[in-house]
Amino acid sequence: MTTAVPAGAPSQTLESTGQHGFRAHSDGAGAFVPVQTRSERFTSTDVDAFGAVTGREQSWKLTPVARVADLIDGELDGAAYRVDADQVDGVSVTWAAVDAVERGRAGTPEERAAANAWSQTREVLRIDVSGEEKKRATIRRADLDSTPRAAHTVITAAPLSRGLVILDSVGRAKLTENVEIIVGDGADLTVVSVQGWDDDALHLAAHFATVGRDAKLKHVVVSLGGSVVRVNPSTHLGAEGGDVEALGLYFSDAGQHLEQQVYVHHDAPHTKSRVTYKGALQGEGARSVWIGDVLIGQKATGTDSYEQNRNLVLTDGTRADSIPNLEIETGDIAGAGHASATGRFDDEQLFYLQARGIGEDEARRLVVRGFLTEVVQQIGDPELQERLDAAIEAELSGTDLLAAGEH
Amino acid sequence: MAVLEIRDLHVSVETDQGTKPILKGVDLTIREGETHAIMGPNGSGKSTLAYTIAGHPKYTVESGTISLDGEDVLAMSVDERARAGLFLAMQYPVEIPGVTVTNFLRTAKTAVDGEAPSVRSWIKDVRESMSNLRMDSSFAERNVNEGFSGGEKKRHEILQLELLKPTFAVLDETDSGLDVDALKIVSEGVNRAKENTGLGVLLITHYTRILRYIKPDFVHVFVAGRVAEQGGPELADRLEEEGYDRYLSDAPVA
Repeated sequence: MTTAVPAGAPSQTLESTGQHGFRAHSDGAGAFVPVQTRSERFTSTDVDAFGAVTGREQSWKLTPVARVADLIDGELDGAAYRVDADQVDGVSVTWAAVDAVERGRAGTPEERAAANAWSQTREVLRIDVSGEEKKRATIRRADLDSTPRAAHTVITAAPLSRGLVILDSVGRAKLTENVEIIVGDGADLTVVSVQGWDDDALHLAAHFATVGRDAKLKHVVVSLGGSVVRVNPSTHLGAEGGDVEALGLYFSDAGQHLEQQVYVHHDAPHTKSRVTYKGALQGEGARSVWIGDVLIGQKATGTDSYEQNRNLVLTDGTRADSIPNLEIETGDIAGAGHASATGRFDDEQLFYLQARGIGEDEARRLVVRGFLTEVVQQIGDPELQERLDAAIEAELSGTDLLAAGEH
Repeated sequence: MAVLEIRDLHVSVETDQGTKPILKGVDLTIREGETHAIMGPNGSGKSTLAYTIAGHPKYTVESGTISLDGEDVLAMSVDERARAGLFLAMQYPVEIPGVTVTNFLRTAKTAVDGEAPSVRSWIKDVRESMSNLRMDSSFAERNVNEGFSGGEKKRHEILQLELLKPTFAVLDETDSGLDVDALKIVSEGVNRAKENTGLGVLLITHYTRILRYIKPDFVHVFVAGRVAEQGGPELADRLEEEGYDRYLSDAPVA
């Protein structure tokens, strides 16, 4: 049995049905395209295997492709770049020649920009986490300058290891990259990717995660700075008892495009996923895209999944696309749900706070911080939490504290 | 002595059917330490009066004045009114996700006083007020009004009243939805605030029940956006026996 449940906004089914007054349209070459199971999308590590990007493809439909054309098609610098990593026992950070690394264990590109990065990467950044005690390491990219660049990172958590890895990016960037995350059996890994780039930065990222037996991955995407930032995390739960918690937080300002396409593939019994993305938008042309695909395969009996996206619109002139898709191929599941809501600022909340003497600006800040804090708190790292709180505060007051490098 | 004066107040609200007048000439004078009960049937404009005093944007003042010690309240923003000493205990307080009670109370106290309270005495004050209102200490770490029961919401309103120490408080149907135990606890809180700070109270209620615990000095009966009758506490007793029918028969509800 295959049930495709598109919810909320326009989705794949419109291609054939044209319901609710939407005109039927089609991707690709204009041929009829039936609803396709998410796991059957074409993938390749070879950039030439993908056709030229027109902006009508499923993956690019909501992305301003002209602004990132260099990254999709152009020549890229695939050499090692400067990285500042904490020296932490049990977290080794090394560069390796691309031929010396087995790539693709966690996944392979579904679109041209990721394949372009794959094809042109020369050196791979390896982050290896081992040891059962808790540890925390920040890997910082402070300035990648404005050369179009390819990158590839492989994060491996050894079986039964525990750790928190923060990929912290600030400064200039014109980057397309792949990040592989391999969580060994019984391991407990948190990966936080913070995009605090300069205002004109361009960043396309595909994250591929594979989660071992009874292992847990907490994956967090925080996008605050940059002109176009697109981080698409896919997680394959291919071993029994695997668990992913995918969190996201974004704050889109005037002219900014922040996108995330989140995909969770339940492919083994008793796997669990929770996807929670929250974003705020303010200013003319502030844009966010969230697409959440959850596929519960035939083997994934006893699965428990829930995905949600919430957007808080602070001013006129913004646009938030929010598209949850849930596909279920087995009848034997513990739970599957999705939710999406995009709302304006609640004037009653503002009134309540102001009626207690709190000025309008501060009241607004409280409400927005409160809205985003749910995700911040779930990251579970006080130091990062403090910094993100400060960054959100700075977004609200219109200055970019995160990029000022105060850490 | 502080005084809150409402003169010939006319207030309307925008509806789908156009502008609808609600208050049609309200006069009230409340002095420090006094308790005034505003009673009346549903739709008589009691809550409109409460929200107009607090400055809710939904209500438009067509004419008339509200002044606090001679200062023009209508010229003030919502937060300025609160800082000037006005407080509204709401009937339906809204949830504020992600903002803890502790954070909210401290932010409000700092705003109202113009400076942050000293940490030690503030923590003690909060603890004491919560304990008086029989609120569990875990309450402080919950998000404002999120998942609160009806009774918890009202206690939380009175907790703010006790901690922010306003000059005048408008209690909008604080008794609604409370069982008798919660009603007593909440009433004790209001009485404590009266004793400690000489609070003036405008108590808006549909029922006389709460007047057993909070004794009014004056009772005003609201009908169709005006004060139809006023008197002392004995008027409340009469309403308890007769209800509002007497007013409704000769004054159609707007």
